[in-house]
Amino acid sequence: MAQIKLSNLKHSYMPTPAGPEDYALKEIDVTWRDGGAYALLGPSGCGKSTLLNIISGLLTPSEGQILFDNHDVTALPPDQRNIAQVFQFPVIYDTMTVGENLAFPLKNRGVDPATIKRRVDEIAEMLDVTDMLGTKASGLSPDNKQKISMGRGLVRDDVNAVMFDEPLTVIDPHLKWKLRSKLKELHQRVQATMIYVTHDQTEALTFADEVVVMQEGEVVQIGTPVELFERPQHTFVGHFIGSPGMNVLPCQAKGDRAVFEGHEVVLEGSTHGDGGRTDLGIRPEYIGFGDTGIPAHVTKVSDIGRHYVVSAMVGNTALKVVTEHSVPEPGSEVFLQFKPEQSRVYRDGWIATKERAQ
Amino acid sequence: MRTENQKAWFFVLPVLALVAFNALVPMMTVVNYSVQETFGNNQFFWEGLGWFEQILRSDRFQAALGRQFLFTFLILLIEVPLGIIVALSMPRKGFWVPVCLVLMALPMLIPWNVVGSMWNIFTLPKIGLLGYFLNDVLGINYDMTQQPLSAWITVVVMDVWHWTSLVVLLCYAGLVSIPDAYYQAAKIDGASPWSVFRYIQLPKMKTVLTIAVLLRFMDSFNIYTEPFVLTGGGPGNSTTLLSIDLVKIALGQFDLGPAAAMSLIYFAITLLVSWVFYTLMTKDDAQ
Repeated sequence: MAQIKLSNLKHSYMPTPAGPEDYALKEIDVTWRDGGAYALLGPSGCGKSTLLNIISGLLTPSEGQILFDNHDVTALPPDQRNIAQVFQFPVIYDTMTVGENLAFPLKNRGVDPATIKRRVDEIAEMLDVTDMLGTKASGLSPDNKQKISMGRGLVRDDVNAVMFDEPLTVIDPHLKWKLRSKLKELHQRVQATMIYVTHDQTEALTFADEVVVMQEGEVVQIGTPVELFERPQHTFVGHFIGSPGMNVLPCQAKGDRAVFEGHEVVLEGSTHGDGGRTDLGIRPEYIGFGDTGIPAHVTKVSDIGRHYVVSAMVGNTALKVVTEHSVPEPGSEVFLQFKPEQSRVYRDGWIATKERAQ
Repeated sequence: MRTENQKAWFFVLPVLALVAFNALVPMMTVVNYSVQETFGNNQFFWEGLGWFEQILRSDRFQAALGRQFLFTFLILLIEVPLGIIVALSMPRKGFWVPVCLVLMALPMLIPWNVVGSMWNIFTLPKIGLLGYFLNDVLGINYDMTQQPLSAWITVVVMDVWHWTSLVVLLCYAGLVSIPDAYYQAAKIDGASPWSVFRYIQLPKMKTVLTIAVLLRFMDSFNIYTEPFVLTGGGPGNSTTLLSIDLVKIALGQFDLGPAAAMSLIYFAITLLVSWVFYTLMTKDDAQ
């Protein structure tokens, strides 16, 4: 168990990177608390797997340091870092039994047979695979294989961190939630720092206490699932998290007001900075219908089950509204009301309004 | 709507005719010869299993069969481990991959009789590059035209030179199909290089290795051209392998009956050993 600190971390796959665009990771500074559950969330190619491989030691970063409990491990190989990693595709040793698979990391480290047996039994019990210990691992179903590769990481009691690299990709949908809750349960039992890489927001938000959202090699926002939803620091976070994502509407801003398609919108606080691309960001959940407000033309209504998604046009700008009742007819004219405490201005993508004092 | 009939068999007919023409009919001719005696003029006399008995009892056949097994055993013993080692040491990606692959494929592209001639010229004691070097520079008494041991070493080395690449390429194909995650997981699990080989690489190569061993067994057991061109079966009978002996009986002495019987015995042994190999090597998968 350890606190993990990444300090000024940069990585490029090129030998002589010229500009920032050559870096797969641009300047990462993060501290992860001992025993926490974290998720790295971002679209494919955003550098999250690179970051994971750097932490586990499979890659050496071009610049910066990795500290486990303030102890520099940047130069250490993976087996000396005491980390465990679960990969996208389950890695198991085909010729061994389930029990031998679980014992393998301990055997390689010269642990005595009695301890190995005790640990393997413990882990098998935790993963509900006790009855499979004697069977050949090659014949298992993908979810059980993934459990075994997880178990190989957990079997060592000195693991600093367990990393998951999109571990549910090959698992059948109906087993995904089962394995996910198993993971959550394991985290509570072993209290190891866990880092979970995924591009699926549901997985990230259900697993993690804190989510790191990445885009193009940069950390865009670190926060709890609620923070990411309620107050995205960047339009990317707003758009990537939530379904449908945040409305990003071109506007002009001055003081604590924004002007969008000729209509004035009250913001959560006063704006700062000027110039650049200015957008009004508001989640579809925070737009309501009323008797007065911004006039809009409803183009489409989709029934999502739990609620309705209304697509509407204000002037030439399209936006989405989520509503549970009072659903307008497609083609009708309505008035929209934006919640002031959830209306913000973003300049060049980054948030540019002051949070309203509580 | 699903209709079932036997019309699909018609699609197989052309192949059947072709195979009958070039394999079944000649094969039956051999069977025909193996149970009869002929003195020409298309006159045949029933011989029963006499030829088979005569061949199986003859010292000449037993000696050739012994040499054949020894040869096949030796080249499998060398080519399979060597092929695995070479495949393991080949680069997995980058500029050198195609270079290595082409270099590996080169020996296999050379026709058998050319390989025989090359090695003949290469190893002749006075004029061959290797023969001259061994005798006159290193002072080793080496003459594959006179000494049985030298001849054997040359024949085996030639086959290793010609065919190890096949094992290499097959093993390499097995190796590159292993995802990186396996190596990364092994690193994290603290596995030694031997464990990586034993528990990751070898199991993943198993299928292709089975094919490699089978192919090398059959090819080496039926080998003819290269040793024939290199040594002609000599000195004496020391490198007369089964097929060389068979051709001597059939075309040298024109003993068609015994030659036909020997062919069938030869074929049966090849088939039997291949079957045993295959059954043993795939036994675990069936479980």
